[in-house]
Amino acid sequence: MAAIELRDASRAFGPVVALDRVSLTIAPGEFFALLGPSGSGKTTCLRLIAGFDQPDSGQVLLDGVDVTDVPPFERNVNTVFQDYALFPHMNVADNVAYGLRVRRVAAAERRRRAIEMLELVQLESFAERRPTQLSGGQRQRVALARALINQPKVLLLDEPLGALDLKLREEMQTELKGLQQRLGITFVFVTHDQGEALSMANRVAVFNAGRIEQLDTPRALYTQPKTAFVAGFVGSANVVESDLADRLTGRAQAFAIRPEQIRILTDGTPPAGHVCVEGVVEDILYHGASSRCHVRIDGGALLAVAQAESGGAPSLPALGTRVRIAWAQASAVPLE
Amino acid sequence: MLARSVSRFLHSRRGFYLALLLAPPLLWLGTVYLGSLLVLLAQSFYAIDEFTARVVPELTLKTYRQLVGQPANVDIILRTLAMAVAVTLAAAVIAFPIAYYMARYAGLRMRAFFYVGVMLPMWTSYLVKVYAWRLLLAKEGIISWALTGLGLQGSLDRLLAVPVVGGPSLASSYIGMFIVFVYMWLPFMILPLAAALERVPESLLQASADLGARPGQTFRNVVLPLALPGLAAGSIFTFSLTLGDYIIPTVVGAPGYFVGMMVYQQQGTAGNMPLAAAFSIVPIVLIAIYLALARRMGAFDAL
Repeated sequence: MAAIELRDASRAFGPVVALDRVSLTIAPGEFFALLGPSGSGKTTCLRLIAGFDQPDSGQVLLDGVDVTDVPPFERNVNTVFQDYALFPHMNVADNVAYGLRVRRVAAAERRRRAIEMLELVQLESFAERRPTQLSGGQRQRVALARALINQPKVLLLDEPLGALDLKLREEMQTELKGLQQRLGITFVFVTHDQGEALSMANRVAVFNAGRIEQLDTPRALYTQPKTAFVAGFVGSANVVESDLADRLTGRAQAFAIRPEQIRILTDGTPPAGHVCVEGVVEDILYHGASSRCHVRIDGGALLAVAQAESGGAPSLPALGTRVRIAWAQASAVPLE
Repeated sequence: MLARSVSRFLHSRRGFYLALLLAPPLLWLGTVYLGSLLVLLAQSFYAIDEFTARVVPELTLKTYRQLVGQPANVDIILRTLAMAVAVTLAAAVIAFPIAYYMARYAGLRMRAFFYVGVMLPMWTSYLVKVYAWRLLLAKEGIISWALTGLGLQGSLDRLLAVPVVGGPSLASSYIGMFIVFVYMWLPFMILPLAAALERVPESLLQASADLGARPGQTFRNVVLPLALPGLAAGSIFTFSLTLGDYIIPTVVGAPGYFVGMMVYQQQGTAGNMPLAAAFSIVPIVLIAIYLALARRMGAFDAL
């Protein structure tokens, strides 16, 4: 049975449609990402699951039970908030124990279990501190411990790593993933960072304008994007519209081609099964592991081409030179 | 050119700049405010010569002995204290839902409407409002008339028949005085409370509900503790304003004296400046005790 199910859920705020007949099913134990730009409906979706908001139409099911009208305090779901939402007037241990306190667990017992949870996130020595005395990363762990103390079946995380700096974010990615595997509960997290979604989730729902554009594994999203939006949002891609595609390949079907699939030809002949086109190098951006050339092809379109860093001789053409670029026909992904 | 060199000079000498900034208000506060308070305190340790009715400038506790030794004076202090406590509690109870609505639910326009609505009565003359209330509360006033029209005359009579707080009419009873006090000081409770509640992020309430707290538990465990600083600030206003006021007890209510009236009378007609000063010290002491209690109860922990 699905841990979480949304059936045709819609939610509008005045004239703005935040969620437009969204259906999705999340299996128990999944690490599931809701990915999309701001205003795409991903956070609204999370709020419906947590119970902070109700859909205008459609249903929310948890463990197969319709909870559309069940308030958050009666749902077996817990949330890690974007701003952590730690209670400023309680110390760390009381924050973590809060879920037990409102369930009238005895003081000694809840203290013991709060310390247990703090050990899980390696913060047991901070039990008596106030949240304001902690760093961002520590607050994040306290929020995590607090959300897990009620042993929820589903943990919701709203932009959990958004407020952390890059290095800490990478550490927490590994840690969250490890924690999810150890606990075996369903994690659903909202993010606008495609790298985060790809590296942590088992499956990703890509949101755009209140709808799910594509729901797939990270690999499938990257290698087989179905729409121009997904191709552009998950990683970067050159989207070739149908009329240009017609001229290049003879088929009027839009397609996406990743920059790293395009090669700059040094000798004259393109290999068999390749599409070959000429253009002028307009711009070169150095990214470290690779460089990106923007090539203005005949006909006006701009294509990005990634060149791996060779470490030795410069393999890049000079700005303004005419080059021939090519890609294997098979590596182009047709779009809807 | 001159402006620039002055700016540079001030920029490089932080201390001088701060001194320039703070000297006028500190001089004002120091002399006019604290100075007069100290003079007042000193006065209360003088006493009046009963035959010549002159102030004898010698330090003595005679005036304080008079203040707490005479049952009539103690009655006045207790009466004023009881009124201040009742007014503060009532103002808090009435203000909380209004402030909560303003801070949590009101849209931008509604919030502006409420802020103006709460502050609007403060733009009118204080005396006009007090005298208006006397008319509203009078035996032939609109409140009595409306209650009679609604067939509630009996309830009003029963209320006014309650010993001590009742009286011949609302306008000449402690109940009427209480109503006017609550009306007058309500904005001073609503505004700091709304400001405190506005600072509570929505996500804290959601987190509480998310962790299984029913709305009542969220209110007790999260909203109320975080609103305490605002409640404390508002109650300092309502408490101290009631303790010091002498106009409302003069215009509305039963004949019993209040601290403010005693200060007014002793320094005026009675000409007993030391006793007036001693009575003025009463609200200061009571508020100091109140603040100490509030602090011990953790009202300022969430600041």
